Amino acid sequence: MSKVYIALQDNDESRYIVEAVEEDNPEATVIHMPAMIRIEAENFLAVKRETVEEKMGRDWDVQELHINLITLGGNVDEDDDQLTLTWNE
Amino acid sequence: MSIEIKTATMEPVRNTYANVERRFGDKPATRYQEATYDLQSETNFHYRPLWQPDLELNDVRRTAIVMSDWYAFKDPRQFYYGAYVQQRAKMQEVAESNYAFFEKRDLARFLSDDARAEVIRFLVPLRHLEHTANLNNMYGAAYGYGTAITQALLFNGMDRLGMAQYLSRIGLILDGNSGDALAEAKQQWLDADIWQGLRALCEETLVTEDWFEVMLAQNLVMDALITDLVYRQFDQKLCDAGAQDVGMLIEFMQLWNKDATRWIDAVLKTAVAESDENKALLTQWIEKWRGKAAEALAPLADAMLGGDALNDALAQLDKRVAKAGIK
Repeated sequence: MSKVYIALQDNDESRYIVEAVEEDNPEATVIHMPAMIRIEAENFLAVKRETVEEKMGRDWDVQELHINLITLGGNVDEDDDQLTLTWNE
Repeated sequence: MSIEIKTATMEPVRNTYANVERRFGDKPATRYQEATYDLQSETNFHYRPLWQPDLELNDVRRTAIVMSDWYAFKDPRQFYYGAYVQQRAKMQEVAESNYAFFEKRDLARFLSDDARAEVIRFLVPLRHLEHTANLNNMYGAAYGYGTAITQALLFNGMDRLGMAQYLSRIGLILDGNSGDALAEAKQQWLDADIWQGLRALCEETLVTEDWFEVMLAQNLVMDALITDLVYRQFDQKLCDAGAQDVGMLIEFMQLWNKDATRWIDAVLKTAVAESDENKALLTQWIEKWRGKAAEALAPLADAMLGGDALNDALAQLDKRVAKAGIK
């Protein structure tokens, strides 16, 4: 019903995070705006450390997401391997 | 509540350089892509090397490996100059902090005489090996083909100088800055039985002509074995003997090996996947250098660790090589 969303700064590092999110969440829409990349999906969105590491070519901590994060919307669940956004029905 | 922010969007006239666009399409490129692809000159050289007039300055024929696209060797770490320098600067900060702590707390005084002697005997002479590794990597950077791989070789070569310096500093910490440990380690390198095989192997790599072969011999075979023997097994031995503080001083080398391994394994995998001829040649080279290295390292492994140490190290190398598609 409601969309979960995450918006990242449009920089060199974020591109890999966006690539990873696109791969892990095929239903998500990616919107490019000035200096910002916004990703939206119905009810569920996941940022997975392993996929990001694969795209980036180096070790990555999920908390590093906050360096590039502008905003997000949804119920947040975080652990060492992922950050998930959900809305309960 | 939604906030209306009035924006004026300016689209760039071009998304990236034409050569990058030809490869990847009309979209924004990464810094690594723009700094690496098609950077090296491939045609219209102004002159031939006087010292090798049958080849061009940049020439694919300097190796027996054949690639349809030398830029297939994309670095998984995506190191171009900026990313590389930043990464190493971060690692160096950590290392400097470790060394400062070690010296400030005088952790050297907790090393037993035996441990101290072992570090000078087995660890410090490695600075001479790093010197060879630097030369070998620079050779590849000079005569290799394609910025993707020559760039990575250059970075690898520079890293060796850094690690050689750290090894020297370890010696200087242990001898109170007198330089005696370094002189002693050099004497060991020149005279001691355990090092002569390795020294001869180093010299052999220095006179091998095919830069790809040299790269494999050095960055894959020799590094894999020495890293496992010294920075894993010997490190473990020191820890068990209560000399674990030395670990602070070699952490840089251990972290470095992690990312260098990722790179060279990707290079091998790409080269193997390219053609059967490449695969056959690479298999042959790896077997050859594995044999030589095993023979050269046997006395060192025996004196430093004993038992199955060398076989363990060889097993690790074989696992990596198998993952790349050989044997």
